[in-house]
Amino acid sequence: MATAHFHAPRWRCCDASACRMAGSAPLWRALRRARRAAGLSAVQLPIKRVGCLRLCSEGPLLALDGGAVSADPAAGRATRLYGRLTPELAADLLMEALAGAVPALEPHRLDPHLPFFALQRSVVLEHCGVLDPGAIDDALAHGAYAQLRHCRRRLSPAAVRAIVRLSGLRGRGGAGFPTGLKWDTVAQQPPGPRLLVCNADEGDPGAFMNRSVLEGDPHRLVEGMAIAAYAVGAERGYIYVRAEYPLAIRRLRVALAQARRRGLLGDGQASDPMALRLELRVGAGAYVCGEETALLRSIEGRRGVPHPRPPYPAEVGLGGAPTLINNVETFAAVPSILRHGAAWYGAIGSPASPGTKVFALSGALRHTGLVEVPLGTPLRQVVETMGGGGSEGWPIKAVQTGGPSGGCVPASQLDVPLDDDHLRSLGARIGSGGLVVIGPTTSMPALARQFMRFSRQESCGQCLPCRAGTVQLEQLLDRFVGGVASRADVERFEALAAMVQRTSLCGLGQAAPTPALSSLRWFRQEYLDACMATETPWS
Amino acid sequence: MELIQLWLNDQAVTVSVGTSLLAACRAAGLTLPTLCHLDGLTPVGACRLCLVEIAGCSRLQPACTTAAADGQRVHTHTQELLDLRRMAVELFFAEGNHICAICVANGNCELQSMAVLVGMDHSRFPAQAPQRDVDASHPRFTLDHHRCILCTRCVRVCDQIEGAHVWDVAYRGEHCKVIAGLDQPWGAVAACTDCGKCVDACPTGALFRKEEGLTGKQPDPAGPARLRLARDQGRWWIP
Amino acid sequence: MRRLRLATVWLAGCSGCHMALLDLDEEWFDLVERVEIVYSPVFSDTKQFPAAVDACLVEGAVGSTHDLALARILRSRSRLVIALGDCAVTTNVPGLRNLLRSPQRSGAEAVLDQAYGALADLHPQHPQAPGLLPALLDTVLPLHAVIPVDAYLPGCPPPLPRLRLLLEALMAHQLPRLDGDALLRFG
Repeated sequence: MATAHFHAPRWRCCDASACRMAGSAPLWRALRRARRAAGLSAVQLPIKRVGCLRLCSEGPLLALDGGAVSADPAAGRATRLYGRLTPELAADLLMEALAGAVPALEPHRLDPHLPFFALQRSVVLEHCGVLDPGAIDDALAHGAYAQLRHCRRRLSPAAVRAIVRLSGLRGRGGAGFPTGLKWDTVAQQPPGPRLLVCNADEGDPGAFMNRSVLEGDPHRLVEGMAIAAYAVGAERGYIYVRAEYPLAIRRLRVALAQARRRGLLGDGQASDPMALRLELRVGAGAYVCGEETALLRSIEGRRGVPHPRPPYPAEVGLGGAPTLINNVETFAAVPSILRHGAAWYGAIGSPASPGTKVFALSGALRHTGLVEVPLGTPLRQVVETMGGGGSEGWPIKAVQTGGPSGGCVPASQLDVPLDDDHLRSLGARIGSGGLVVIGPTTSMPALARQFMRFSRQESCGQCLPCRAGTVQLEQLLDRFVGGVASRADVERFEALAAMVQRTSLCGLGQAAPTPALSSLRWFRQEYLDACMATETPWS
Repeated sequence: MELIQLWLNDQAVTVSVGTSLLAACRAAGLTLPTLCHLDGLTPVGACRLCLVEIAGCSRLQPACTTAAADGQRVHTHTQELLDLRRMAVELFFAEGNHICAICVANGNCELQSMAVLVGMDHSRFPAQAPQRDVDASHPRFTLDHHRCILCTRCVRVCDQIEGAHVWDVAYRGEHCKVIAGLDQPWGAVAACTDCGKCVDACPTGALFRKEEGLTGKQPDPAGPARLRLARDQGRWWIP
Repeated sequence: MRRLRLATVWLAGCSGCHMALLDLDEEWFDLVERVEIVYSPVFSDTKQFPAAVDACLVEGAVGSTHDLALARILRSRSRLVIALGDCAVTTNVPGLRNLLRSPQRSGAEAVLDQAYGALADLHPQHPQAPGLLPALLDTVLPLHAVIPVDAYLPGCPPPLPRLRLLLEALMAHQLPRLDGDALLRFG
């Protein structure tokens, strides 16, 4: 006869934006009521509200740690995962936690060994979905701020920079600039104040990597920034978050207040000269403010428009001071790199692109959500093995990478390793990490027009090619979508697209034609099929 | 004064440190087209007409915002640049309502002259015919948004020379618009000193004096540079 | 040498470009030695656009169904088509009605409503004579938006030196090379 094993159960209820949208708050309240009705205390059956549990398409998600009755002692400790839950299932979930094997939950069980979970390599997302993002003690118990203390006590700023440089970490915001080199540049500027900025203005459609870090593990970002500040000699820093992330903003505010109270950050009283004074700045809905020079102007309280580089912010940034700007994911990778060493990080991924990258999977895919994988992982493994292939069993037509600055990878090229060099050779870009899967019924000219419309609407209007060029490019794409284009329109489009790429002031304008050009490269026939034999007049 | 040497279209040119590429080109007798640039105001690099090719730099750089550097090799009139400039001017004409025949600045318009300079005999792009406003609320001046090319010279001259900062840019993309105050009628903005520097700096017929509706516009684009010289170096009179 | 078979066409314009052609005055005495005007609103009485035209100068924008039809005919029967003056090149003043468009009505309707509705003393109505009065197009277009154009001669109207250069080139069965302030300037 099998022996029953019982471990104290604990629920982790996903409380990130996607699961909230799917109804995680009523679920959480129902679980609490069920617990109270069963006469159990929060100690006997804790319900932890955590950040992203990754498989957003099955939300709201709930993880159950321990608590099972099982013949296998090891299995008792295993985590079980449930999806598509409703508050009505609270009583069943309680039974499951206490006694196990509730039949009503059968359709809701998710296999934690699914490739979607099993093939992830969590570095940045290490504690995302594990920690209570509102509790600094929980973060500290998981090792948060240990590397900051270690740096300050044992390492010189130059030594910290050397570790980051040797790790091969590159900026995760899209441009892929070597992080260590950027830190060195800031540190080596002439004497004077230096500033630190985190770009959390994640605006690409289909991108929610940064949001998940901010909502799930904000202290990791704060620690990464504090380490960076120490490494480059900055006393003040800003986190620039888009206003469209209210939950992330709330959690960041809590995290900053907690870190200040514990003396991990400066409180403005200059009690600890080493302590970074970190402030939050909230954007006002402009995509262009994700561009670093526009972002800096926005922080300064000016109109958020880019200005030409050079000079780069590392030389002349906020208020003219050398300013280090990194993306959320870049800073968030730093504590792990310091804990495990540069060699450890460099060994993940491919030699040219070391480390991991978080991707946001969405679109016509069976499993959508958040994945972190080593760079260089074949795209096919991410979308077919982990993502489970096209939704409803449909084939995948293409994968849009890098949002409105990126391009599409057609089904025939899915074996491409996911790193920027390989994607660029296909006319796409890794961008900030959004992967939108396109199903067979999507028209590529219509998709290209959608992205062009986005770029047109989000153009700041400062430079001519982006302001006026995106308008004309969208109208040309209208002709393809409407089936009234001509072959000459293909040439017109390519000529103007090349001009906008070549002459726009900032990366947004320069990249605005990329999605359309990339779809024209791989799906040219769809554009030619939309052409009429004769030229249609302008209208 | 520290001197540097660079090559402009394979011709050696010596300038002092801190000179912009645009100034270096002009000193060498090269005509680089510009619309947003105005001597005496900070450059913004927005019109993209003065883009040049710099050896070792994959991106084209605006000459107005780029500093000349020792040993730099610059090309200013490659066929690619000529084609790009013409296309840019075509886009300018297509995005606004630039009807030279009925414009107060006809014959004195930098955009009109730019079309000549880049050899634009027609625009390949459909005219957008945007529906914009005319602000005639100021007692002496008028702003016709149809003719505005968003060079922001008015914004900068008012901010940097006059110190009034009446003008700014509002909205985004194709809807960008120069605004007085907080998008109020110009005549209602008390900060305006009625100095007319914006009118003189405007490259097109967007800003003009009311009487110029009869006489044609006579702008004074050299004003900001003259005032800078006077204020910064005490040179109030130039022979 | 065979004389150049030249046509001139007047679409949506003020006739100023044709007046400018007429302003060549006595120069025409010499020009007709080398130019045969086969179709023109000011030089000829021919009502049908002829075949085998060497060069056709087109004044005016394309603003009506008549303009559009004639543009297509002249293109099919002319070796070279030249957009003459700002209206043909940019739509110029006739194109101003494009600014009056709204989601409810086209710029053409707005103009007709104003001229024949709001300003009418008696019997406000749009002029209607099917087969006789061509309908206005919703949008006024430059010539090159509806047919391929071989050369553009800006100006409102093009100044005489510019016209001379054009005619000289055409008589040599070439296209003019226009650059510089005297030859290439709108307005």
